[in-house]
Amino acid sequence: MADIAFRGVNKIYPNGFQALHDLDLEIQDGEFLVMVGPSGCGKSTTLRMLAGLEDISSGDLLIAGERVNGLHPAARNIAMVFQSYALYPHKTVQGNIEFPLRMAKVPKDEVKARALKVARMLELEPLLNRKPGLLSGGQRQRVAMARALVRDPVAFLLDEPLSNLDAKLRVQMRAEIAALQQRTGTTTVYVTHDQVEAMTMGDRVAVFKAGCLQQVDTPQRLFERPVNTFVGSFIGSPSMNLIASYVESAGDGLALTLAGERISLAHGLEARFDDPIGSAGLVVQVGLRPEDVIDPHLVGADQRLHGRVVMTELLGREQMVYLNLRDGTRVVARLHADRRLHSGEAIAIGIDPARLYLFQADGRSLTYR
Amino acid sequence: MRRVVVYIALVLFSFLCLVPIAWLVVSAFKANPDFHVYAFMPPADRLTLSNFPSLFRQMPFLRFMMNSFFVAGVTVIVQLFFSSLGGFALAKYVFAGKKVIMGVMLATMMIPGPVLLAPMYELIYHLGLIDSHLGLIVPGMVNVFGMFLFRQSIVSVPDEMLQAARIDGCNEFQIFWHVVLPVSRPMIGAFCLIAFMGTWNSFLWPQIILQSSDRFTLPIGLNQMVGVYEADYGAMMSGTLLAVLPVVVLFFLLQKEFIAGLTKGAVKG
Repeated sequence: MADIAFRGVNKIYPNGFQALHDLDLEIQDGEFLVMVGPSGCGKSTTLRMLAGLEDISSGDLLIAGERVNGLHPAARNIAMVFQSYALYPHKTVQGNIEFPLRMAKVPKDEVKARALKVARMLELEPLLNRKPGLLSGGQRQRVAMARALVRDPVAFLLDEPLSNLDAKLRVQMRAEIAALQQRTGTTTVYVTHDQVEAMTMGDRVAVFKAGCLQQVDTPQRLFERPVNTFVGSFIGSPSMNLIASYVESAGDGLALTLAGERISLAHGLEARFDDPIGSAGLVVQVGLRPEDVIDPHLVGADQRLHGRVVMTELLGREQMVYLNLRDGTRVVARLHADRRLHSGEAIAIGIDPARLYLFQADGRSLTYR
Repeated sequence: MRRVVVYIALVLFSFLCLVPIAWLVVSAFKANPDFHVYAFMPPADRLTLSNFPSLFRQMPFLRFMMNSFFVAGVTVIVQLFFSSLGGFALAKYVFAGKKVIMGVMLATMMIPGPVLLAPMYELIYHLGLIDSHLGLIVPGMVNVFGMFLFRQSIVSVPDEMLQAARIDGCNEFQIFWHVVLPVSRPMIGAFCLIAFMGTWNSFLWPQIILQSSDRFTLPIGLNQMVGVYEADYGAMMSGTLLAVLPVVVLFFLLQKEFIAGLTKGAVKG
């Protein structure tokens, strides 16, 4: 097991496309780090550079303090599980699991013993003589995990390993992988575009966008303290509503003009501004999570927004309500389902200013940096 | 209705293909005088097995067969190795001049074989390989057609599988040996059959290179039976029948792979 560090790492392809910009990232020994972001954000490129499958254009990659930029993948003692599992179709499950050990010229008795131990751990023992073509998606996934685990690697890299599974199996395997990582304590880097996977599995989550690392933090802190609108809206489902707004003076405090209505910023929210008095007139983006919308009867008139329901999605005890605010801004609110709403119905929603996220016009958080 | 027409056409075509084979089988059991009396099948009581002892009396048939087995076997193995290795490089590696090299390779396939006979003879002569089996094997060691055949097959091997092998500790040759070659098995079957048939039936080049009768391959040996004034057609046909048997056996052994190899990529999924 080992620490991993990216120091100013860039990836520029021969056609000039820069896939990764100046990445600085430290991964602690034994940590489960999830890299998340939309397609083309550079997360898989980062993982592949760590595996040695992509060259590093500039910067340093360190594993256990040793610079490994030019080191062959095999020499890094890193194991990887691919999205397609990349099992060897001509080998049995046992042959697949044993293959890395055979390549490392481990004595035959030890190869058998280690393969069997890992197969038992992943409940693959009854399948050892089958070929991958005869396995289900979940079983193949476990074989790929076993092949990676058997080597006792310094780090475990997983590239969207659950994306080919159906929803139910995905949830099951998610828990299995997280439990396995806790049991082995191996440093794990996991790439996904699914923010639910990221939030539920990782000790920390690194959010990427367009080749740039946006924020790396624990799932809870990412959710609560996003550094910009991208992280704010990427983490959380449904996405955070972003509403253009500006700051106004209101008596001895400040207020926000949101969708043509004024929301008072009493309750100490002024403290989020570096210069509360001078902030009047500042153009901001306000982040409102759908689950932070509250019953309008619980708040004062200066903490309500009004709009018309566009559509609703019933989710058992809750409903997602899509509504157009007075100025036409579309927002989504997660409300209790006890009162069914209908398209075109005029409603009010309550806002707790303390739970609003404030971003500058360029998207950076006013509060968290 | 359309299907019926297609089936009739296929049956007719199959019949046309089978006629020479049937004629060969019948001729192998026909006495020499009957060749000029019965165009195809003599009465059953005139069929004879005497052509076979006659064949073995007139020539060292087994020796010729062993020579053919040796030359074809070695050529197929060497060709298989280089063709698959070359196909792997063309399919999975990016290197400077790759397109140019592929263009030149394709161009060499367009040169008719007989044009190369004279320069090839000179080359083999200077290498001191005239009248040797190596003189037959060396020019056939690298097969451009085979390289393209393997390239087409290996292109469809997922890159992730090769990367997994790389991470699992394989060097580039081990990736080829342990992963690419085994998953290309259908193409190996098809290629072996094509290469074996080509070498086994090869006539012109061995006829030019080989001089000593103890090194003759089967087609050259059988051709010795055609004399200036007479020919023992019965023995020749029995020899030819025996000569095609290994190819037939090989086809039945490899037919599953052969068909899979030829249709690979034709159907999605």
